[in-house]
Amino acid sequence: MMSGSVVDNTVSSGNSSAAIPTDISGQILDLDEDDDLEVFSKDTTLTDGSSFNASMQTSPASMINQYKFEEDADTKDIFVTVDNPESHVTAIETYITYRVMTKTTRSEFDSSEFEVRRRYQDFLWLKGRLEEAHPTLIAHPLPEKFVVKGMVERFNEDFIETRRRALHRFLNKIAEHPIFSSSEDFKIFLTAASGELTSHKKQGPGFLSRMGDTVKAVAAAVRGVRNRPQEFTEMQEYVEAFSQKISSLDKVTQRIVREQKEYLEELKECGPTYALWSQSEEELAEPLKNVAGCVDRCCKETEEQVKNLSDHLIPVLHEYVLCADTLKAVLRRRDNIQADFEAKTEALATKKADRDTMRNDLDKAEDRLEWANNALKSDWTRWQKVMRTDLRSAFVDTAERNVSYYEKCLAVWESFLHSQRTDAEGNGKVDFS
Amino acid sequence: MADSGSEDIAVIGNTDLTPLESENNLKNTMVEKGTSLLKKMEISVAEAEKRTGKNAVNMQETYTVYLIETRPVDAASEGTNPVLDSLWKRYSEFELLRNYLLVTYPFAVVPPLPEKRAEFVWHKLSADNMDPDFVERRRVGLENFLLRVASHPVLSSDKIFYLFLTEENGWKETVFETGFQAKADSRLKALNATFRVKNPDKRFAEMKHYGDELQSVISQLLRVRARAADRLYGVYKVHGNYGRVFSEWSAIEKEMGDGLQSAGHHMDAYAASVDDILEEEEHYADQLKEYLFYADALRTVCRKHELTQYELEMAVQDLTSKKQQREELATGTIRTFSLKGMTSKLFGQETPEQREAKLKMLETQIEEGEEQVKERNAECDEFVKSAWVDIERFKEQKDHDLRESLISYAIMQISMCKKGIQVWNNAKECFNKM
Repeated sequence: MMSGSVVDNTVSSGNSSAAIPTDISGQILDLDEDDDLEVFSKDTTLTDGSSFNASMQTSPASMINQYKFEEDADTKDIFVTVDNPESHVTAIETYITYRVMTKTTRSEFDSSEFEVRRRYQDFLWLKGRLEEAHPTLIAHPLPEKFVVKGMVERFNEDFIETRRRALHRFLNKIAEHPIFSSSEDFKIFLTAASGELTSHKKQGPGFLSRMGDTVKAVAAAVRGVRNRPQEFTEMQEYVEAFSQKISSLDKVTQRIVREQKEYLEELKECGPTYALWSQSEEELAEPLKNVAGCVDRCCKETEEQVKNLSDHLIPVLHEYVLCADTLKAVLRRRDNIQADFEAKTEALATKKADRDTMRNDLDKAEDRLEWANNALKSDWTRWQKVMRTDLRSAFVDTAERNVSYYEKCLAVWESFLHSQRTDAEGNGKVDFS
Repeated sequence: MADSGSEDIAVIGNTDLTPLESENNLKNTMVEKGTSLLKKMEISVAEAEKRTGKNAVNMQETYTVYLIETRPVDAASEGTNPVLDSLWKRYSEFELLRNYLLVTYPFAVVPPLPEKRAEFVWHKLSADNMDPDFVERRRVGLENFLLRVASHPVLSSDKIFYLFLTEENGWKETVFETGFQAKADSRLKALNATFRVKNPDKRFAEMKHYGDELQSVISQLLRVRARAADRLYGVYKVHGNYGRVFSEWSAIEKEMGDGLQSAGHHMDAYAASVDDILEEEEHYADQLKEYLFYADALRTVCRKHELTQYELEMAVQDLTSKKQQREELATGTIRTFSLKGMTSKLFGQETPEQREAKLKMLETQIEEGEEQVKERNAECDEFVKSAWVDIERFKEQKDHDLRESLISYAIMQISMCKKGIQVWNNAKECFNKM
């Protein structure tokens, strides 16, 4: 009997998203991993992947225990790139596709190289499928549908490039995720021809069964979870705070970019003013022209520095803002799974009829909850490490770029000084000793 | 500077001249090329103080006085602690001194005073005359003014200037007793009137044009620089927010906490560093401003020359017309139109006695006129000679000083870059510990 606990699967907050797929995790588990589920012992507490049950080598649950956190490049066996955006015009719409190239040595792939074209919708579909299958695993966010602030066209070059980079990161994060990367949907996404993908997308639970699940889900959600374990409450508090901090950092960085752009506007007028002055002078003409050149060069460096911030730091910060939203959604889904379990527990205690069926449902719900909790706990640890690595390297990168910017400007002005000093000594004018 | 002898010139030493040092460079140059006055005494404007008192209309006012200290040079070099002559003067007294010098030495490019009110300010800088930073920069400007005058080959030997440095009370009266005020008023009137010179001196016309251009371009530069400074301030200060957020974020993280916290401190330091950077740049702006005002002094000299030339031309014109009148009277021909001439034609000629009297008067006038032309010619020549000497001196001074200013600007930029490199390298180390 398929019981459904429907989970809120919105892809990203703040935008109207595509159809919300219902949680069919119960069905998938029953279909594929029924055997493994029975083996799955309720006594095993899987925290940060340190405990390992040998009998569960092949179950997805055990895979959570097994993976290493620090993966060497040597052990990476799949490489995915997203590039080459192209626009397509049909009678109905215009849209962009991206080339997705895969190189892999994994045996489950028929070949070692694949090249397909995918559009944003396809990525959305993939994410939805992954979240359906694993409601309490943490998927990397997709770039947003459209930029809310500012009049950015969908087909603006910068927007497309930013989106392309984000899609590239998304696929790579999926490929690096121990569970997601072995998803059948992921494989199909990477390898299927467009027609194949379209027909595969059409499969899945029927509309009616989804409706039935939705009603039950709403009931569960309204009821709310009663006894949330402390660690998940702590997680929620952390996510709240993290969300605030990372949003602030995003805003601060955007403000810095704005201020630097305005500084650049003013600085751009300095060089020409020195050049204008040099035209009225004789002796001073050369040093003034020189200074004008220096200021202009510094302008170019500043311009590049601004671009660096926009291209490298801001997208990463922005992604982690979206991550925070994903985390909130994951915690909500976990809560709902628990709420469903609690509801079924209560039902069993109070109702007299259908006890066997209800007992069965309750057992399944309990398993689902335990599975969900353990999955979340492991993936939480993994996510924290990834977050730490990503943000650390983004900030280190920013610091390095700032150093490089100042070093370049320093060289510009030192060359000016050098020219003035050699000049002066050549003319025997000024003694710099 | 030791002669390395090789073709490759190593970048020489110290790129960290502070504004104090670059100002000392300027002073040393003035003293080296020294006048007899500077060889005798050291001059400085050591302090500034606020005073209150009653003004001319018997109202309470607050004003600033500046302490002028002079010290005999010999005593200082002997290492003994010399007795300082010191007196307090207000800005208005400096203005009085300058006006006196302008009138008394019209051919000289008189050094300018620091600005009366703060202009070309960027918003963080106070435009308030009572603001201590403004007063301090003005103190420096006044000292610079005195040193400039003291190193001027002509102005430095002026008695009134000497008294300014040595007499506190009664100096004002002494100045007014010279009667320069009357001359000043008439000069001012004449200069403000519109007049056209028939044969303008090409060199002076070019100089005046240069003065115009210099004034215009330096104004533009100061404006642009002030706006850029404003913006740069914003960029640095926003980084302070990183400090705050990193600190808050570090509170919820375990392994990342320490790295974030210390990185945050460096961001705070970065944000704070802009204050010193922009203060140093103000010194550079002040150096530019001095030459902005010097441009005006240069134009004034050119204008005075025009006036002198004009007055000469007027005198010549007057003489020529008088001579013509005499000729007509003597030969009886009327070439020039005069009402008297017409009426006498209509109503009859004058008597021989009347003509005699008239001729005699004209002769006297012509004599006087020739004297005047001679005088004015001499004046003009004298003016042109002295003015051109001073203009050449000024040109050399300007080229040297402004080049030094540009160099000190480059040094400032280098210092700013070095600070930036240090802060971000420190931040990077902290980020690596995240």
